[in-house]
Order: sequence, then structure tokens, then C-alpha cells
Amino acid sequence: MIYVVIIFLWTAILLYILLGGADFGAGIIELFTSKGNKDRTRKTMYDAIGPIWEANHMWLIIAIVILFVGFPKIYTTVSVYLHIPLVCMLLGIIARGTAFVFRNYDAVEDDMQKVYTPIFVYSSLITPFFLGIIAASAVSGRIDLLANDFLSAYVFSWLNWFSIAVGIFTVSICGFLATIFIIGQTDNESDRKHFTRKARRTIFIVMGCGALVFFAAYLEQIPLFNWIFGDTPGLIAIIAASISLVIMFFILERDKPIMLRLLAGFQVSMILFAATYSHFPDIVMLKNGENLSLLTHQGQTKTIDSLAYALLIGSIFILPALFYLIYIFQKRGALPSDH
Amino acid sequence: MDDFLAARLQMAFSLGFHIVFACIGMVMPFFMSLAHFYWLKTKNVVYRDVTKAWSKGVAIFFATGAVSGTVLSFELGLLWPKFMEHAGPIFGMPFSLEGTAFFIEAIALGFYLYGWNRINPWFHWATGVVVGISGLLSGILVVAANAWMNSPAGFDYIDGQYLNIDPIKAMFNDAWFSQALHMTVAAFVSTGFAVAGVHALMILRGRNVAFHSKAFKIAAVFGTIAACLQPISGDISAKDVAKRQPAKLAAMEAHFHTERNAPLIIGGIPDTAGKKVDYAIKIPGLLSFMATGDFNGEVKGLDSVPKEDQPPIGVTHYAFQVMVGLGMAMVGLALLYFIALWKKKQWLNSNWLLKLFVIATPMGFIALEAGWTVTEVGRQPWIIHGIMRTADAVTPMPGIAYSFYLFTGVYISLSVIVSLLLYRQITMVGKLYDSSTEVPKS
Repeated sequence: MIYVVIIFLWTAILLYILLGGADFGAGIIELFTSKGNKDRTRKTMYDAIGPIWEANHMWLIIAIVILFVGFPKIYTTVSVYLHIPLVCMLLGIIARGTAFVFRNYDAVEDDMQKVYTPIFVYSSLITPFFLGIIAASAVSGRIDLLANDFLSAYVFSWLNWFSIAVGIFTVSICGFLATIFIIGQTDNESDRKHFTRKARRTIFIVMGCGALVFFAAYLEQIPLFNWIFGDTPGLIAIIAASISLVIMFFILERDKPIMLRLLAGFQVSMILFAATYSHFPDIVMLKNGENLSLLTHQGQTKTIDSLAYALLIGSIFILPALFYLIYIFQKRGALPSDH
Repeated sequence: MDDFLAARLQMAFSLGFHIVFACIGMVMPFFMSLAHFYWLKTKNVVYRDVTKAWSKGVAIFFATGAVSGTVLSFELGLLWPKFMEHAGPIFGMPFSLEGTAFFIEAIALGFYLYGWNRINPWFHWATGVVVGISGLLSGILVVAANAWMNSPAGFDYIDGQYLNIDPIKAMFNDAWFSQALHMTVAAFVSTGFAVAGVHALMILRGRNVAFHSKAFKIAAVFGTIAACLQPISGDISAKDVAKRQPAKLAAMEAHFHTERNAPLIIGGIPDTAGKKVDYAIKIPGLLSFMATGDFNGEVKGLDSVPKEDQPPIGVTHYAFQVMVGLGMAMVGLALLYFIALWKKKQWLNSNWLLKLFVIATPMGFIALEAGWTVTEVGRQPWIIHGIMRTADAVTPMPGIAYSFYLFTGVYISLSVIVSLLLYRQITMVGKLYDSSTEVPKS
């Protein structure tokens, strides 16, 4: 049953990156949109993410619950040593979630919108940035259980070039997902062209940020190259992602929104697969070389079994409902104005 | 500020903030669905307008409740890692199920908010009901987890080890039912009175009276019925606490000495040094009766537990008095309202009854926070009753005080913004929702 739990954990993280990421990306894209296009970007984005945005963020809760129930030692170690980036991420989550609702539900368009909008776009940027930092810090081996001063225990556990580069890379992935997603959401040719151009630019940015990650890993002496290219499955995943990227470039101009989304989703899953495969079952690397493993640091059998059943039963309810929700609201065209 | 105190305060603030949004988010969908039901049945547009106005409220509260809940799931580890390391695998079952319930709620809310004129009307209505039911289930599950901290079960504690874990037994611990019942009814009372009070105020001001009267009635009926049920669930809780956590009951009542025919102490100022309560009203034998069902039953006093295992007496006692006092005031108002509904119809149109409801607007939530304080502070010094002390669970990271200031600032500003937002929603009902006052659009 432990593998059922691990698959759920991995899938929840992946879906959070894909769906939550596209959601964060919507804010990031708005931040980097020229003034003249801001309104149409916002309108298209809002119509696209409105009905499902709450559900997108549930994946994070699922992942965190799996961690604290099934792998308490891993959850608490990360909570203690990555306290500061976690708090930063949480502040981002609070600010973004509330600003999104406030700006869409506040009764009148006036100066308050000028308050909500910057909060929304900047927190959309900050949240995935710190998520990336947390993920990178978990594997970069800087968490020092024996540290006895504040800086080395609670700051240098996460503050290094590699973590920062991964943070930036995560932000770029979110932007990429959002632009690809939004192409299928446009209802006229000029918007489609506009977002296609944007998507192409974003792809280059993602590749640039990816290179930055490798460079930062080199600076910090983290054997990232070995992790990703060292074993065959990881290598295959990266090659598959690259091929699909080439295909994506070719069909970007054509009107194939679903295909584009599937390709984007595929690429991100392959990146996550390559990044996690070589460590498996370890997910947190400590400075003293001891690693926290999903297999050796799991809870007692009864806990894992009941967690697995809870997740399986839960997914019977959640998945069909979620697909139906997405199906209903993904038909092209604007939503009726009175909702 | 010392880190332990800061961590406790941060947790208290986060929960105190979340609890308000969570309660409204789980109760208002029922009001909304009832109004929606009337709209589908009677085709009276006022009901549709009320439904839409309330659904905006639900969206705002749900979103705020969802983010503050997400924050809490991290704060458990950020502030209490030693606790989570051991408790997570034991009391995690309700959290894993709550994940599902919460997810379903978010999906159903997506359907509901964006489903107008888009999906089958009765399917649309049903998604609103699902929002309410799954919200309620989430609430019950989370409270079951909290109940486990008061009444640990589902494991053997041997030489500091947590062995033979049984998550199902942990979930159905001795306290889950009484706590979940009390909390659920409290959510209906506080939300019902708060919503009714706001609409009563608008009626008194003569704004969109037809709209606000319909809204007032739905909220008031829910709130008043719940208020009358609450003493029964409170009685179940009190008997349960007397059995499981005598120290908590003793602190609630500032009951210092173990005795038979124990008096019920109302109000007063506990004097912990002199082990007595000054200026209190004492009703002989009533505490014994309430705790044990027998006027001569023995009620354990604070002297039955060692000093280091006693909860803070002042806070617990005052909070309990506030909760019971406000609860009784709401029962009184509920009874007046029932008389008005059945016997004295003319009262319904009189200002004094509405004014009383306006005064009662915050009472439910103040009582709710007070009750939460009773159960949390009354459990101290334990984080897992009788097993782990709160002081032993706190994070080793220094500087939590800064984190406390930060989160307090965030929660205060959020409260201000949400209040402002609601104020604008409510004052603009005429323009936004009430189609009877609206100039017809093209």
C-alpha cells in the first residue's frame, strides 16, 4: 500500500504544479503584459480559471496531508529547517487567494481594484518562487540537523544559488503553462495570435531558466547533471520532453489547443519525473549525508493502509466530479455575464 | 515575547481567524440553498436575488477559509513539529478524509457559482446543497481530530513510544461526537444570528425591505432553532468533559475543591491563591447535577490534579462564562422570535424585535470564540491530553515572535478588507442584486 500512497503524493504534486501552476502563471503573465493588453489578458484568464481555481489549489492540501500523516518525520524536518521559505510561500498563498476573490467579487470597480491587482500579480510570482526554493532545498543537501547557530540551521538550509535558480525556473514553468492554457481559451483570432506569440517567448524563457538552474548547480557543486542524465529512465524522460517541445513549436501556429495543453503537461511531468526519479525513494537530502526516504521513514502499516484507502475512496468522488467540472466550463466562448 | 508564548498565540490567532470563515463557509450554503429552493419552487425573483447575493458571500468566505485552512495545515508543522511527528500518523485519518470533503466542496462551489443559466436548474441547486454538506463534513472531521487531542485514542503509549496505531479508533475517540455536535450547532447559531442581524439592520433602515425580510427570515429561523438546541449539546459536552478531563471542567467552573453537592458558579473573580471565587452567584448542587446527573454526585476540583497539570483558571473560567451567558441570551431572543412567529404576528413588524437581532449580530461568534478558548486553553498544559505537553512540542526555531507579529498583521488586515467588502456588498444590494429596485437593463 505504501506505493499507492507514494503515487498519490507524486500525482498530487504534479497536478499542483500543472493546475495550480497554470493558475499562478495567470497572475505572472498579467504582471508581464504591456498596459494596452492587460484588460484582455485579465478577462480571458479570469473566464478560464474562475470556476476551477479553488479546486486547483486543493492538490497542495492533499500533498501536505499525505506527508504529515504518512511521513511525519519528513514533514517535520522540512517544517523546522525550511520554516522561513515556507512562511513566505504561505503569505503568498494567503495574499493571492484572497486578492483573487476580492478583485472578482468586490461590488464596485474603483480604487480598491488598484489595491487588489498588484497584490494578486506579485503574490502569483512569489508563491511559486518559494515553492521552487523549498523543493530545491529539500534535495540540495544543505539541511544541517547538527547546526547550532541560527544562520546555518534556518537560513543557509535554503538560501543558495541553486535554490534561487530553481525558484525562478518554477516561476517560468508557471508562466509557460498559463500561456499554453490560455491559447485554447481565446474566442477570436487576434487574441489567439497574441497569446501564441507570448507562448513562443515563454518557451525560450523557460529554456533560459533551465540553463540557469544547471549553472547554479555547478556553482553550488550539486551533481544535478548526474541526477538527471545519470540513469536511463531520467535520460529518456528528458529526451521525450525535448522531442515534445519540438512538436509543440511546429503546431503552435495551428489551432490545436488541446494538443498543446497535453504536450505542455507531458513536458512538465517528464521534468518532474527526471528530477525525482534518481533520488527515489529519498526526498530530503541532509547535510550529513543521511537522507529521508519515503520507504524508511513511513508511518506504521495501519496508518499507511488507512491513508491509502482514504485516498482511493476520495479519488472515486473527486476525479469524476473534477473532470465534469472542467468539461462543462472548458467549452469555448465566454461565460454568461451574470454569475 | 518568549517563543513558546508566541507560538501559542500565533496558533490561537490563526485558528480564531479560520474558525469564523470556516463556520460561515459551511453554514451559509444551507441558507443559500434554501433560498434557491424557494426560487425554483415559487419563481419569486426576490428569492433568486437573495440566493445570488448570499452566494457571493459564500465565495468570499470559502476562499478566505480555504487559504487560512491551508496555512493551518502547514502551521501545525511549523510551530508544533514534535507534536506532528507523533500525532500525524495517529490522528491523520480525519485529515485525509477532510481533504476529500474539502475538494468536493471546492468543485461543487465551482459548479454553483458559475452554473447559473448554464446547467440544469435542479442539478445546479443540488451542487449548492453539496457545498453545504461537504463543508459540514469537513468541519466535523477537523473537530474529530481536535477531539483526539482532548481524548487520545487508537495507540498504546509505552516508554515514550507510540505503538499499535489504529487511525480509525483514533478518529472515533470518546470526545469526537460531543465536540463535533457542539461545534456544528455553534456554527449554525453564530452564522444564523450574524446574517439575521445584518439583514435586520437593513430592514430597520428601510432599504430593500422585501429582499432583506426574506433573507432575515431564513437566517433567523436557522439561527434560533440552533440556539435552542445548543444547551442540549452543551449538556452532553459538559458531562463528557467531567468524565474525561476533570481539570478542564474544574477550570471552566473555577471549582477548586473536590466535593459532593457542588454548586454551579456563575460569574465571579477566581482567586487562585486563596482557592475561592469572589463575587460569584452560587447555585448549590447544580454543578453536581449537570456533571453527573445527581445533585449529590462528586465533582472533581482543581485540587485533584497536581499544580503543574492544571490549566490556566482565569481565562478558561471567564471564556466559559461569556459563552454560556451569550448562549442563554440567544436562547431568550430565539424564544421571543418563536412567540412572534406563532402567537404574536404583530411583533414581527415591530422595530424592537429587529433591534434585538441587530444587537445580537456578533453574539454567536463571540460565544463561538469563547467556547473555542475554553476547549483549547482548558486542555493546557497538554497538547495531547495526559501524553505530551504543549511546551515539549514547540519548534526549536528561535524568533517565532516575529512570525507571530507578521501573521497577526496579515490576519488583521484581511479582517478589515473582508469587513469592508461585505459592507459594500450589503449596502449595494439595491444596485447589485435586488431586481425589484433595478432600472431594467436593455
